[in-house]
Amino acid sequence: MPTLSMTVNGKPVSGEAEGRTLLVQFLRETLRLTGTHVGCDTSQCGACLVHIDGKAVKSCTTLALACAGASITTIEGLARDGKLHPMQEAFRENHGLQCGFCTPGMIMSAIDMVNRKGTDLDEQTIRHELEGNICRCTGYHNIVKSIAAGAAAMGKEGLRQAAE
Amino acid sequence: MADGTPSNRDAIRGGVHRPQAHDSAHKHVAGEALYIDDLPEPAGLVHLYLGLADRAHARIVSVDLAKVRAARGVVAVFTAADVPGVNDISSTGLHDEPIFATDRIDYHGQPIFAVAARTRAQARRAAKLGVIQYDELAPITDIAAARAAKAPLVTEPLTLARGDIESAMKGAPRRLKGSMTIGGQDHFYLEGQIALAVPGEDRDVTIYSSTQHPSEVQHMVSHALGVPSHAVTIECRRMGGGFGGKETQANLFAAAAAIAAKKLNRAVKLRPDRDDDMIITGKRHDFVVDYEIGFDDDGRIHAVDAVYAARCGFSADLSGPVTDRALFHADNCYFYPAVRLRSEPLKTTTCSNTAFRGFGGPQGMIGAERFIEEIAFATAKDPVDIRKLNFYGVAERNVTPYHQTIEDNIIAKVMEEIERRSDFRARQAAIRAFNRDSKILKRGIALTPVKFGISFTATWFNQAGALVHIYTDGSVHLNHGGTEMGQGLYVKVAQVVADAFQIDIDKVKITATTTGKVPNTSATAASSGTDLNGMAALAACDAIKARLVDFAAERWSVPKDQIAFLPNRLRVGNQEISFPEIVKAAYMARVSLSATGFYKTPKIHWDRKKGIGRPFYYFAYGAAACEVLIDTLTGEYKVERADIVHDVGHSLNPAIDRGQIEGGFIQGMGWLTTEELWWDDKGRLRTHAPSTYKIPVASDRPTIFNVAILEGVKNSEPAIHRSKAVGEPPFMLANSVFFALSDAIASLADHRFCPRLDSPATPERVLFAVERMRALAAGQEAA
Repeated sequence: MPTLSMTVNGKPVSGEAEGRTLLVQFLRETLRLTGTHVGCDTSQCGACLVHIDGKAVKSCTTLALACAGASITTIEGLARDGKLHPMQEAFRENHGLQCGFCTPGMIMSAIDMVNRKGTDLDEQTIRHELEGNICRCTGYHNIVKSIAAGAAAMGKEGLRQAAE
Repeated sequence: MADGTPSNRDAIRGGVHRPQAHDSAHKHVAGEALYIDDLPEPAGLVHLYLGLADRAHARIVSVDLAKVRAARGVVAVFTAADVPGVNDISSTGLHDEPIFATDRIDYHGQPIFAVAARTRAQARRAAKLGVIQYDELAPITDIAAARAAKAPLVTEPLTLARGDIESAMKGAPRRLKGSMTIGGQDHFYLEGQIALAVPGEDRDVTIYSSTQHPSEVQHMVSHALGVPSHAVTIECRRMGGGFGGKETQANLFAAAAAIAAKKLNRAVKLRPDRDDDMIITGKRHDFVVDYEIGFDDDGRIHAVDAVYAARCGFSADLSGPVTDRALFHADNCYFYPAVRLRSEPLKTTTCSNTAFRGFGGPQGMIGAERFIEEIAFATAKDPVDIRKLNFYGVAERNVTPYHQTIEDNIIAKVMEEIERRSDFRARQAAIRAFNRDSKILKRGIALTPVKFGISFTATWFNQAGALVHIYTDGSVHLNHGGTEMGQGLYVKVAQVVADAFQIDIDKVKITATTTGKVPNTSATAASSGTDLNGMAALAACDAIKARLVDFAAERWSVPKDQIAFLPNRLRVGNQEISFPEIVKAAYMARVSLSATGFYKTPKIHWDRKKGIGRPFYYFAYGAAACEVLIDTLTGEYKVERADIVHDVGHSLNPAIDRGQIEGGFIQGMGWLTTEELWWDDKGRLRTHAPSTYKIPVASDRPTIFNVAILEGVKNSEPAIHRSKAVGEPPFMLANSVFFALSDAIASLADHRFCPRLDSPATPERVLFAVERMRALAAGQEAA
């Protein structure tokens, strides 16, 4: 089996992977990063969403070997020094979760949305951009609220960091 | 966590009636919450996968599994011959649901064997290699086919009757007959079915199962293994969604994993992929409601005679109680002076349909709304007026078809509130005006009420147990029979415990549901989780509190009435002592700091044979007003606005309850609009992934969505802190979306004809209805 090296959540990692090993398997089984979930197995529900080189990708239909040398961020890599990322904090604050299974994917998708669309997100944009993430508890009301709040908080955070 | 966080003295953190966050909120956003597939795998674990039938209805001629056994990585193969106990997981005890099929196939996707391999991929690939010879039979896929084939019923049907239906119908000034088809629904719990079985010594096995009903999984596994229940422990910390789909449907996966685990003496994990999960497991029942209604020119109902036929699938499963509950909700909020309701739980060669949020209630209730709609069109009156005219009375006209007198009717208050909040009449007039000027786009509006009966109709299920320990540092361990599937049961019960002891909620550790701590539990279902387990936990707390009071009274020589539980401390006479100090002192004085609690719902009884009783402890009410916009050229539509007023009694946790209301409504909307299950002519489910089965996404939510918890009300029964159950009732608020679509369609013929829309109202169905309505308007078709 080939050995695979990549950067995950800022740390260099390596492990063995078959040609058909999926990125989500590599993350969950080899690296034991189980916050990335498998919901539908076919890249539709978004529970497996991670960032590859800063872009949102569904890891259940991405081959691990195709990510050799890439920099990957999972839900476990968002918090800094024990402090939640503003988007995580917003989901917690705004009751943006029920069973929680879709939550990591939703948060990763939301951050990607901010990265692409900026921190001032209107409701319509958020709803449209969430087409690839299913919440079967259908708690979209609070999820959308969480993302708007999280995006705004990321904006403030960015300003604060720039000021420092 | 009793971690030194300063204790509050003014009021505890996380008491009752507060919008406390979900107990796992932090873990969920951090990716740290553990679902079963996330647990560390024991060394030597093997993966199991099911080999499925690819015929819907057949006799098995031969089964050749040589290629399966020879496949790479395969450790063992299991068939019915390898079941040490009984090859059956029928929750009814009817022995109609084998773990592995033996001589007959009754649905496409029925498991025939299981294969264990070193990796999940190997097991999955090997499971495709079985060579099965079939003698094919004709599939019986839907209700029409079942009726045509004179298919048997899967269980005893129910009749509810009151009054003299024959003469009331004959005597009614007007009568009409009709039929409504109501589609099913896949649960699509985002975390699929999964079981992890770990063998122990003796005959023991522990199974981590994603289940709403650990006790039933325990019983099924013990039957399958042929061991006593005490040898089997089922544990579930949380599910990634359940919605009824894990009430009985977890049994198969747990039983297969347990059989393999004991045989191989290895840990065994079974997780079907999504397509197989959707193909194997049962769903919400589809119904056909055939009805005759007698009424007068005012629109007042005189008589209702209806038959509720359901596609039950190949076995009984929960079809009996599901079809019963359809009948229990066939009245919704309306008084039927004379009534006869009959269920027809039909056997079909499809997956065995099962519990799904509302449990038949939604199908019964939407039928009632169809009756109202029919009468409104027949009498050329507004549906809302017909609804109000037929509402149950408070002191009279208040007896249901099952002879329960409604004692807590607040529907008038709910209606007043929803009409005001939604500005219903003014918007209705504005929509009529809009439709006059708009040729292609049409708007519709509807207002529908909900009354939902709370309690298991199987009276004995209305019991619960809890186990509460206080450790010597004052931290509390909480366990009960309810399961957490995202509905917030765990946090609500923890709030009850925090409130009872008057300690901050972070001092209460919520622990995984396990049959080893609280036995003989009921399914977390029927919206009853908080009502039952909250009361059981409270009983356990009260037992310990009584001991602490007795102890303090004696130790400090004060009368008991001078002892009070204040936030994070006790007042004992003139002094205040912190909770941990009292606990420590009680321990030193050899006072037991652990208790079980038990609760059974009072007042309820039900005689199914006679169709008479009080099956429900109380009712939960609600109403929704919805506005839609349809494109009459394509049938596509948008829900533009929804207003909801919903009754949760005195809410234990308004944030959690609100989530249940919003989520229930949207999920109900999915059922009635985009979620369409489709079986082909060979009886194969062709909608077995979200690519073909359309679940609501964020953009499907109403553009304007105003959700209000009905304020200033309390449960008239002493349920836990006067709150009301909230899991299922809001699901049926979505009826308003369906009838708003119908209203928009009806506008094409000046509201002269009932659109008789079937569900789900997919864009195709809306388009067909639009065309039918246009034809009617042009006088080309008889009404």
